[in-house]
Amino acid sequence: MNILIAILVLGAIAALFGALLGYASIRFHVDGDPIVEQLDALLPQTQCGQCGYPGCKPYAEAVANGEAINKCAPGGEDTIKKIADLLGVDVQPVDENHEQDDSSQSNRPKVAFIIEEDCIGCTKCIQACPVDAILGAAKQMHTIIIDECTGCDLCVAPCPVDCIEMRPTPETIQNWQWDLNKIAVKQID
Amino acid sequence: MDSIIERINQGKFWHFHGGIHPPEQKAITSAKPIKQLALPKQLILPLQQHIGRQGDLLVKVGDKVLKGQALTQSANPMAVPVHAPTSGTITAIKKSVIAHPSGLSELCLFIDVDGEDTWKKREICQDFSKLNNQEIIKKIAEAGIAGMGGAGFPTHIKVNTKPGIDFLIINAAECEPYITADDLLMREQSEAIVDGIKILDQLLTPTFILIGIEDNKPQAIKALQQATKHNAKIKVCVLPTKYPTGGEKQLIKILTGKEVNSGTLPINSGIVVQNVATCFAISDAVINDIPLIRRVVTLTGNALSKPQNFWVLLGTQVSYLLYQAGFVSEVSEKKSTPNSAQPPVIMGGPLMGFSILNEQVPIIKTSNCILAPSKVEMPSAFDHNSNEVECIRCGQCADVCPSQLLPQELQWSAKAKDHQQLAQLNLFDCIDCGACAYVCPSQIPLVQYYRVAKAEIRQQQQLDIKAEKAKARFEARKFRLEQEKIARQVKHEKAAAARKATMNKKSADGGTASSAVAAALARVKAKKAAKNKNTEFPVIGSEKQNDNDQAEISPVKAAIARAKAKRLARETNAESSVTTKKEVIQKQSVTNDSTQNNIIDDKKARIAIAIAKAKAKKVQANKSSTEKSEFSTEIKQEKTGEKVQNTTTAAEEKKARIAAAVAKAKLKRIDKAQQASTTNSKEST
Amino acid sequence: MTDYALLLIGTVLVNNFVLVQFLGLCPFMGVSSRTETAIGMSFATTFVMTLASLLSYLVTTYILVPLDLEYLTTMSFILVIAVVVQFTEMVVHKTSNSLYRLLGIFLPLITTNCAVLGVALLNLRLQHNFFESIIYGFGAAVGFSLVLIMFSAMREKLANADVPTPFKGAAIAMITAGLMSLAFMGFAGLVKI
Repeated sequence: MNILIAILVLGAIAALFGALLGYASIRFHVDGDPIVEQLDALLPQTQCGQCGYPGCKPYAEAVANGEAINKCAPGGEDTIKKIADLLGVDVQPVDENHEQDDSSQSNRPKVAFIIEEDCIGCTKCIQACPVDAILGAAKQMHTIIIDECTGCDLCVAPCPVDCIEMRPTPETIQNWQWDLNKIAVKQID
Repeated sequence: MDSIIERINQGKFWHFHGGIHPPEQKAITSAKPIKQLALPKQLILPLQQHIGRQGDLLVKVGDKVLKGQALTQSANPMAVPVHAPTSGTITAIKKSVIAHPSGLSELCLFIDVDGEDTWKKREICQDFSKLNNQEIIKKIAEAGIAGMGGAGFPTHIKVNTKPGIDFLIINAAECEPYITADDLLMREQSEAIVDGIKILDQLLTPTFILIGIEDNKPQAIKALQQATKHNAKIKVCVLPTKYPTGGEKQLIKILTGKEVNSGTLPINSGIVVQNVATCFAISDAVINDIPLIRRVVTLTGNALSKPQNFWVLLGTQVSYLLYQAGFVSEVSEKKSTPNSAQPPVIMGGPLMGFSILNEQVPIIKTSNCILAPSKVEMPSAFDHNSNEVECIRCGQCADVCPSQLLPQELQWSAKAKDHQQLAQLNLFDCIDCGACAYVCPSQIPLVQYYRVAKAEIRQQQQLDIKAEKAKARFEARKFRLEQEKIARQVKHEKAAAARKATMNKKSADGGTASSAVAAALARVKAKKAAKNKNTEFPVIGSEKQNDNDQAEISPVKAAIARAKAKRLARETNAESSVTTKKEVIQKQSVTNDSTQNNIIDDKKARIAIAIAKAKAKKVQANKSSTEKSEFSTEIKQEKTGEKVQNTTTAAEEKKARIAAAVAKAKLKRIDKAQQASTTNSKEST
Repeated sequence: MTDYALLLIGTVLVNNFVLVQFLGLCPFMGVSSRTETAIGMSFATTFVMTLASLLSYLVTTYILVPLDLEYLTTMSFILVIAVVVQFTEMVVHKTSNSLYRLLGIFLPLITTNCAVLGVALLNLRLQHNFFESIIYGFGAAVGFSLVLIMFSAMREKLANADVPTPFKGAAIAMITAGLMSLAFMGFAGLVKI
């Protein structure tokens, strides 16, 4: 008899609480998830596709759904750290599957450059550029708008005469940065 | 406001937080007058010696220039022109190392001095009070005057403000140790300086004019007081010596008690600050039509045997000045090793200057001092090892910071690259004065960390802006492509509808285009049916299959077949021209009949074909090549060229086979060539 | 009145739930790496603890004891706590999506926070009345929040500091927590309840 009462009591409490929660879930219902916008704002917008997604927004959506956060190559460590902070996950090192940039002397960002003597005006690179940074038309000379080029590399492959190469941007006084390695400073690890 | 003036009159100034008292070391050069130098052989003029943009070149290589001639110009207000400091010839316009801590090269004009020192034509202005503001500003702009206190902001922009200036402050503090350039200038040219101040007074109409000068310059104070004796508006304010009194915000705080809010400019508080050397340059420009072509530079340090101030033409190389000042290199014989490298030459003062690594660097508008210390005087300059140890959290840096920041926290966050925290700690309010690094017992180079952090944050901001732009372009492109796709779809639909309409439109002979197409299709069907019935007309199966397989390349084949058919027709024509004509007429009637109906009746077609066959058989009774004619009519009917039927006679068959083989080979060759080109391009990319 | 005040101070400082009674260490170590999450977590836990201790008191007094069902204490307490945490989760999700994401798994883990169950059971053991139960629960939460936020501030500084490599990360955090605990034990004898 006691057991029955016990079960009944527990059941009643549970039912009451269940009803309460049910009401609460409707009252406090949340729709939408602005996390994708916030993630997209952290990505570098080169739209290069190196992460495996066709653009930065699709990758942001994938990350919101649990994709690994270390796939963005142009973003580098900084972006991974920011995404980790936003989502509250651990920082991961950059994906080793990415082709490492040949560690040449300069770590300067690269922009595309069309060797104009070789250009045949086929517009294949124009169609490949995700930010419309190539100026030209069919059978006309093509040229890169350096200010808009994000260095994503997508135009190099489609060129049938292989006349596009990636060149590092020159260092000027405007973009020169103080470098701790050039002055005698001891880095405390 | 009145209370401020009262206090100023009483000499009771305010204080700014922090500050240090390093050894002044001004006695090295303060006793000697400013020396005029002989003309150097070559001048290197950077095109940009200020904050802003460089102007457009007015001269080219080989041009002869006169002293004071403008060498660049620009409509852009942020561009300040440069002028030829003496007469000579332009020998080169190329990149050369400039006075910047980066050691980078920028575009410079190389002038070979001819020694004549010929002036351009100048117009002396007798009375500047007759000039209106626009004219004065124009003169200042054209004279290429930029702030000579170190920042190099274009003066004509700074003084081109709307009225309502409360204070015009003249910065005569010169608080950094070793430097005595302004001190000597004030002693020797106080009248001209006061003229410059009067010009500024006329331009800005401030309520009060204050000259802030430190008390370690008694002779200069006297000279200024003498020069402003008759001008009640200009007050010479003697301030206690402390570094960095000469900082703009610190000077404003001391003289007026006002604090310039973080992120705002003094002009927002109704205050304009100008350096004394700039005032001198303004008076030279407005009154004597002399552009900014020279400045006073202090050559000091114990490594020099003749340290003193010089009047230096802009563009003079540091090596020339060091030679003139008797620079004795202490390590001239030793080979440079990492630890005992070149003797240090510092452009600027000991706290805010930077090392020059290449003595070809030229003097520019903002260079006020060259410091060549001896090893005893400044051992840290010779020691390229870092003596930095951990921060002991003593807090001395926060005690001395004139901007009331927390250098210890800044250093902590700068090392951790915590940009958010750095922004919260107001990193960008740091004026790089170096007081914190001066007092740090752990010898941490604090200012370097802040500079690195500031550069990183600025770069990140630039990248963010660029990312926004790229995103916008990407979205726009996506949108454009989608719009184009939709437009193309609409166009297709429209065209299809139009085609359908024309098809259904009734034509002249009572039929519609669509019915004609339908009739043709029906004919094809009927023919197929007829063919299946008549097995005596074998067709070269392989040929047919090849036709079906190479449907895409059939046009060539079809053309060949058509030619063949024509040939056949011509041959048969000779034999059975009458019959063919009949056939043609019959065919016409057949087609006419068929086109009358929208939907072709198979039976009717078959009937028509049967009639034709019968007629042909009649001919066959006469001729042996009735099949030929029948086929020729069929071929004539076949205008689509989808199927080709060959003759049944052996000879014709053989001919046909040969022709087909030739056609096939041609097509195969074209195919191969295409494939080869694609693989080639694939290999090359 | 003073009794209640003493009870509060005692719970917050002298018998601090985290550093002296060593309850609720899981979220203490897990959420304290950043101060923003720590503050958010402390609000959530305060809400849960206070409400849970209140409701568990009510359940005990008016349902379990009259019906002679004391052996169902643990089960019913867990039921109450789970419901309260679910409710809190929904509220947090609605009011601050970013906090919800930041807290992540630790928000539902408040259910398994031994401090919450501990508060409920201790109320029973110490035979607190209605008000005492509430104050006890609230005090426990305030003590938890205080220590959590202090610890998070310290951990943020530690993250940028020059810590020897073997000690980086959780190791130095544990050592710091131990030192804090030593410090809090200095409160012993402050209040005699």
